[in-house]
Amino acid sequence: MRKTEASLPRDSELSLREIKKSYSKDGSSLPVLLDISLFARQGEFISILGPSGCGKSTLFNVVVGLIQRDGGIISIEYREVENGLGDVAYMQQKDLLFPWRTILQNVLLGPEISRSVNKGTQREAVDLMNRVGLKGFEGNYPDELSIGMRQRAALVRTLLFQKDILLLDEPFGALDAMTRSVMQRILLDLWMDYRKTILLVTHDIEEALLLSDRIYVLTARPATVKEEISVDIARPRKVTDSSFVDLKGILLDMLQGEIERVFT
Amino acid sequence: MTKRLLYPAILLTLFVIFWELMVWQFQVPRYILPAPSRILQTLTLQQSLLLHHTFITLKEIIAGFLLAFVVGVGLAFLMFQFPVLEKSFYPIVIGSQTIPVFAIAPLLVLWFGYGLSSKVVMAALIVFFPIVVNTLDGLKGADADSVNLLRILRANRWQILWKVRVPSALPFVFSGCKIGISVSTIGAIIGEWVGSKEGLGYLMLHANAQLQISLIFASLLYLTVLGVGLFYLVVFMERWVMPWKRFSEAR
Repeated sequence: MRKTEASLPRDSELSLREIKKSYSKDGSSLPVLLDISLFARQGEFISILGPSGCGKSTLFNVVVGLIQRDGGIISIEYREVENGLGDVAYMQQKDLLFPWRTILQNVLLGPEISRSVNKGTQREAVDLMNRVGLKGFEGNYPDELSIGMRQRAALVRTLLFQKDILLLDEPFGALDAMTRSVMQRILLDLWMDYRKTILLVTHDIEEALLLSDRIYVLTARPATVKEEISVDIARPRKVTDSSFVDLKGILLDMLQGEIERVFT
Repeated sequence: MTKRLLYPAILLTLFVIFWELMVWQFQVPRYILPAPSRILQTLTLQQSLLLHHTFITLKEIIAGFLLAFVVGVGLAFLMFQFPVLEKSFYPIVIGSQTIPVFAIAPLLVLWFGYGLSSKVVMAALIVFFPIVVNTLDGLKGADADSVNLLRILRANRWQILWKVRVPSALPFVFSGCKIGISVSTIGAIIGEWVGSKEGLGYLMLHANAQLQISLIFASLLYLTVLGVGLFYLVVFMERWVMPWKRFSEAR
């Protein structure tokens, strides 16, 4: 089932081919990404699932261009690019809201950097804030908000980067179960409306199954794509659906195998 | 606030009462240790004299502080932007701190004269160090992930500097200013001791020579009020410049 270069579809918005990265440590080289190939179609919701520490974050840092890769090809909108710098929006587990900015100023960071703040972007920001339940918090500082609210503001900021591709690196990893499920619903809702292409890194099997069209399962470090799974369950999905439960079992076995490989 | 001040106020009051009683009890001559009541008398009688000299010292401190602030923050920015400048200046700045300001005070008076400027330079020298070191630390200490967030947005160097590094350096700059303003009085007073015609330091030396010990105490009191007032002025400005900070403190 592993995808190779030849089988990459031509309509992919983002494609990675044979991405390689190793760190040198004490003179020896430590491979982190052995060979990662994957793609996302326009408007597709992709999850990248892998055991903790398998190099998922490294992969995203390579894609956005914060880390140099050793090899491989990145294409965005059918064009080969050096990296995704300036072409993708990126959100991390840390909300990275600036404490010296109000929430509205924080979510408008993207337009501000590209010097495109105007009435339109401002209205869009306020609308989005209303949608995620931050109505009335425009003038508050991040430190006045709960962790869940801060993460919602970070999501709005990420959307307002106005990119077609969103890379989300365990964005809800630090949240409690209840808040996380609220965030997942909000994210799904916004994705349905905006039809952005989303790549979500997670180690939460349920999260991947609830949200994505397809899931790439990575091996333990050095990471490569172990399996690609299509989630053909109609939305809204329920964790109690039998097909959901079946897929969850399959994924759990897969990840379990990878985790055991690390510890033996 | 009021509760926090209550205990030190009680302690101070008891101390002053004890002092008063001891002076009367042991008939301590007033050219050795004047009673608090006598100092109070001096405070009212010599008020205009004290205010005049306090104002001089205040001018020296503020000018010295501002000079140190401009040069210190400026140098910190340059050192941050140009590593070669940091490599050349930083060790010298650190090394220069081993020279006590006391030791070079006579030279400064020789070069800058008996007037205002030698005291301004002296205060500036002593204030400069905490400001430059703290500002540089603050600029360097900006959160790497936040800087990367801007890089992902293709922000240029200046945008990263103004939108992330400067705001995250502000608390450090103010820490430097608070240390700086606390020690600034030292510079001004030393300058006045070594050579001057005005200022609280001069007034104290003068009073000492004439055995007007109560005037020394009165000057000390003015100096204390001046120092505490300036410190809280910086604290007030910190709150004004960084209105978000009270929320992060509350967390």
